[in-house]
Amino acid sequence: MSKLELKEDKMLEVQFVGDDDVLNHILDREGGTKLKKERAQLLVNPQKIIKKQEYGVEEGDQEVLKDQNYVKVLGQNVQESLKNGTATDGGNKVYSFQNRKYPEKMAKLASELAKTPRKNVSFSLKNDPEIKSISQSSKGHSASDKVQPKNNKNELQSTPPRSLRKRLIVPSSHSDSESEYSASNSEEDEEVAQESEKDTNASVLSQKTQAASRILVPTCRGTPSKRMRREDSSNLVEEYFEAHSSSQVLTSDRTLEKLKRAALDQQTLRNLLSKVSPSFSAELTRLNEQHEKLFHKWMLQLHLGFNIVLYGLGSKRDLLERFRTTMLQDSVHVVINGFFPGISVKSILNSITEEVLDHVGTFRSVLDQLDWIINRFKEVWDHAKQSLYNWLWYETTTYSPYTEETSYENSLLITQSGSLPLSALTHVLRSLTPNARGIFKLLMKHQLENQEDPSYPGLSFQDFYQQCREAFLVNSDLTLRAQMTEFRDHRLIRTKKGPDGVEHLLIPVDSQTLTNFLEEEEEATVTA
Amino acid sequence: MATSAVSKGCFVFKPKLKKRKISVPIEEYFNKEKNESEDSKLRFETYHLTWKQMKSETEQLQEELNKNLFNNLIEFLQKSHSGFQRNSKDWACQIKLKEIPTAALVLGVNVTDHDLIFRRLTEALQNTITPYVISLQAKDCPDMKHFLQKLISQLIDCSVDTKPKEKEDVQVTQKKTHCSMDSLSSWYMTVTQKTDQKMPSKTRTSQWQSPPVVLILKDMESFTTKVLQDFITIASQHLHEFPLILVFGIATSPIIIHRLLPHAVSSLLCIELFQSLSCKEHLTTVLDKLLLTTQFPFKISEKVLQVLTNIFLYHDFSIQNFVKGLQLSLLEHFYSQPLSVLCCSLPEAKRRINLLSVNQCENIRRLPSFRRYVEKQASEKQVALLTNDRFLKEETQSLLEDLHVYHVNYFLVLRCLHNFTSSLPRYPLGRQIRELYCTCLEKNIWDSEEYASALQLLRMLAKDELMSILQKCFQAFDSSSENQFGSTRKRIEEFLAQFQSLGDAKEEEDASGSQPKELPKTDLYHLQKSLLEMKESRRSSKKQTKFEVLREKVVNFIDSLVREYLLPPETQPLHEVVYFSAAHTLREHLNAAPRIALHTALNNPYYYLKNEALNSEEGCIPNIAPDICIAYKLHLECSRLINLVDWSEAFATVVTAAENMDANSAASEELNEIIHARFIRAVSELELLGFIKPTKRKTDHVARLTWGGC
Repeated sequence: MSKLELKEDKMLEVQFVGDDDVLNHILDREGGTKLKKERAQLLVNPQKIIKKQEYGVEEGDQEVLKDQNYVKVLGQNVQESLKNGTATDGGNKVYSFQNRKYPEKMAKLASELAKTPRKNVSFSLKNDPEIKSISQSSKGHSASDKVQPKNNKNELQSTPPRSLRKRLIVPSSHSDSESEYSASNSEEDEEVAQESEKDTNASVLSQKTQAASRILVPTCRGTPSKRMRREDSSNLVEEYFEAHSSSQVLTSDRTLEKLKRAALDQQTLRNLLSKVSPSFSAELTRLNEQHEKLFHKWMLQLHLGFNIVLYGLGSKRDLLERFRTTMLQDSVHVVINGFFPGISVKSILNSITEEVLDHVGTFRSVLDQLDWIINRFKEVWDHAKQSLYNWLWYETTTYSPYTEETSYENSLLITQSGSLPLSALTHVLRSLTPNARGIFKLLMKHQLENQEDPSYPGLSFQDFYQQCREAFLVNSDLTLRAQMTEFRDHRLIRTKKGPDGVEHLLIPVDSQTLTNFLEEEEEATVTA
Repeated sequence: MATSAVSKGCFVFKPKLKKRKISVPIEEYFNKEKNESEDSKLRFETYHLTWKQMKSETEQLQEELNKNLFNNLIEFLQKSHSGFQRNSKDWACQIKLKEIPTAALVLGVNVTDHDLIFRRLTEALQNTITPYVISLQAKDCPDMKHFLQKLISQLIDCSVDTKPKEKEDVQVTQKKTHCSMDSLSSWYMTVTQKTDQKMPSKTRTSQWQSPPVVLILKDMESFTTKVLQDFITIASQHLHEFPLILVFGIATSPIIIHRLLPHAVSSLLCIELFQSLSCKEHLTTVLDKLLLTTQFPFKISEKVLQVLTNIFLYHDFSIQNFVKGLQLSLLEHFYSQPLSVLCCSLPEAKRRINLLSVNQCENIRRLPSFRRYVEKQASEKQVALLTNDRFLKEETQSLLEDLHVYHVNYFLVLRCLHNFTSSLPRYPLGRQIRELYCTCLEKNIWDSEEYASALQLLRMLAKDELMSILQKCFQAFDSSSENQFGSTRKRIEEFLAQFQSLGDAKEEEDASGSQPKELPKTDLYHLQKSLLEMKESRRSSKKQTKFEVLREKVVNFIDSLVREYLLPPETQPLHEVVYFSAAHTLREHLNAAPRIALHTALNNPYYYLKNEALNSEEGCIPNIAPDICIAYKLHLECSRLINLVDWSEAFATVVTAAENMDANSAASEELNEIIHARFIRAVSELELLGFIKPTKRKTDHVARLTWGGC
């Protein structure tokens, strides 16, 4: 019942307002919006009462208002400080909160993007029969646009919300878009209402705020004004917490297994990608050439005691490699791949001491080594210079794919296909002694037996030793420990200290891969 | 590629020996790629020279500023150690002996500058008090054992410095010694005895039969409480045989000592506080010495100064970084402006003008300020300036001279104005001279509201304030060697004399008019009436006193000075030669915003790629954008978790639409695979960039790591 009421009221509120009217509204009729806001608040009440009678409604309202005041102040501060920062486009967009997303948004956007012709979006829109779907999904945009705190009027006028802009573009279809808007709103609200009905598990607070925010959103759309913006900022916070309070996330349950082509390993991936001709190659080379012009300057600055940081989207490896080969041929230099998984302070320092300075021997600790290097370089570097990093920042956006960088990562889709670790596992285990393989298989089986238990800590060392002894795989504690070290070096196992101080051993590979591996192994032994 | 391998991530490259020639001199890099720039070598040398001068100036400044602090500190150390020297049996002394003398140095939050101060302090202490000065950092001392190890090794290094012969010996023993306080004190005994025997009454150690050991803890806040407490407790037990003095470097406030140390421990310390000069004052002096002077020809524009001070005030409070920023602007100036070759001392510049090439002359003619200047000249002179190189050079010389004079006057008047405005209530023109300087650089200061209100406030100053300010201005003009301001100085002197005489006259006046007229006893009505009359009469007789007239004169005088001399530099011809104005490059390099760059690259690829097909209205991107942009855009539509299948399908929809516009050709399996591979690449790139991460909360889902960005 209350739902019906709600819908009706909103139908009344959400109506098309011409830009002039909006302006008038902002400038003159603040009182009117206040009234509307109160109505909105009133609308919340019955729902709340129906849902949770035990809550003191009045009290809650007051608190919400107080919070809003506080948030308003906060929001303003944020805005001001941002203005001091670099005002590149989208500056404040980067730092806004996330708003609530609806499940089908991505698909909608995708279809929108797919249907968008190459050029001149706005022109073709006029006659496009798809206008409805676009305006629908663009409404999502408008909501998200609004969520950002906007404090002064100028800003609002200069960047009108998307829905407004859309309307500017299609002035002929006023009535259409109007009806479209209200219809989609009610649709959405129905959906929302269903959701909240389903959401019985969600906490009381979140339900309350959900309801409040949802009812306030449409009013904001209709009448943007100072008062409403206050609501916006509160929405923003509420929605942030809403997004984080409910443990349930609404996404579809489809999995990759249904897609046949999910399993790809590194090699096939590369082969496939090599068939794609890169787009915008002319522009990319132009970008790169621009960066390369700076090589001389970099050298100069490096010589004068500055250091250089490159930032921006895209792999900088090729660029750096070119810099290295063209400019650094006559000087000693070290290249450190930070994305390399096994990189450590120790390895970097070692390569410096051993290869650059031709030092043979070891160091007690990293700090000692560092001291030694500093001493060696004292003749070369001025102390003050070397203790400082004078970073100079250069933006070098290249859009080059991060091929090399990502190839070390166990990337999402590649790991899930499981083929890479599986091949690695087989590879490593082939090179081990039969005993060692037996030891590892024992651990593997134990882990698979316990895969249902989410809190499985791993096999304790003592138990493991016992089992290995029983299987005649080891004869002493020490042999097993030596074997463990080897496994650890190959990253085949991980040890964790339990709460009682006992070491637990785990194989950091998912059970699917383990099962596959065991099956393969058994096949191999059978055929052999 | 030479730098990719599966086994290691660290590659060393050495130049081939036979190829090793004389390394390219740095000047070579000063050339731009096109090799068109003029006088690059000379410019580089000028840069080098100027920078060297500026650097030594700042260092000297630093030293002067530290001197006071160091002297106080050294005095304290001497005083506190003398108790140990006397070895008296006095009870009070015995109590005092249990307390470790401690100097707490409050240095402010600009931690990056501290290193320099500590280095100087160590040198100063080693020269005056004791060879045993050790400094420890928190990162070296995670626990007591490391603390003592570091302490001992540094101490032994200290003594090695004095007796290099024993180096080998000590190196060996160092590793074997068990590090404890006992071993420390026994070491100390032997060392002091040795020195006593060796040099009975010579050198600095003679003042101290047993020189104290000064331990500097550079960053006291980051030490773990336990280590500090234990060390202090143990050290105080051994104080009678191991004279330790502590120096704490504190970045925040002295309260931290009591927060870190419980009463039982802090009572073992005899703390004295030392405050260093605040970094803001430091900045003011640096600016004063480097920029507000004609000693260095190089100047920066208002925007650049703003960027540098903003970085200083809002980011790090670090003088060193500020000076580095200045260095960068100097470098950029000499690198990018071919005419910067003239940015040197006036006589040298005049000499260089004569040697300028034809191209450089053209460069001068191209300067906007010079063109403006030419337009104002008579037509014959215009022709001569534009065609005759020789005439141009002569004119340039005189213009440069004018520029120099302009600067001399500028800074004098600026200081003078600052004297007047710095004490006004609510500081309409800023409290610091740099704020005033910024405003003056930016525009005609007399057009600003703040200036008007400042003048208004000046018109209300009391006599003694005005006189003291005038006195200061007089000194400023007096100290300047230039004699353009002879008349100005005289004017001020006159004003001062007039005020003086006014004071005398006024006293007489006061004496005569001071007797209050006795009011006859009246009723309330009459009193009111008479009061009203008095008020009326006062209002009508708005005649100014002599003082007021004089004050008006002074203010007008200052105003005329400002209007004459504080013209913004843009009005001066050839200002481009000495002013560096590319604030955006400076900001880009010193205070970059990588996140915004990333966001722009992902959201608006047109910004970088400049391909018209990518140009679209804000907020949406065309479907032919780079894969990663499309994947990013799609992922923005999701909440915390993203279903990979949905994502990949959405991606495929977009990409297929972009690939084949007709969309009716049946997508082959291979094409699908390629698209899937592209999707995988885009997703892994997003993962590398930190937008998403794998999650185990739901199968085939990834978690978003960023908020907003829609």
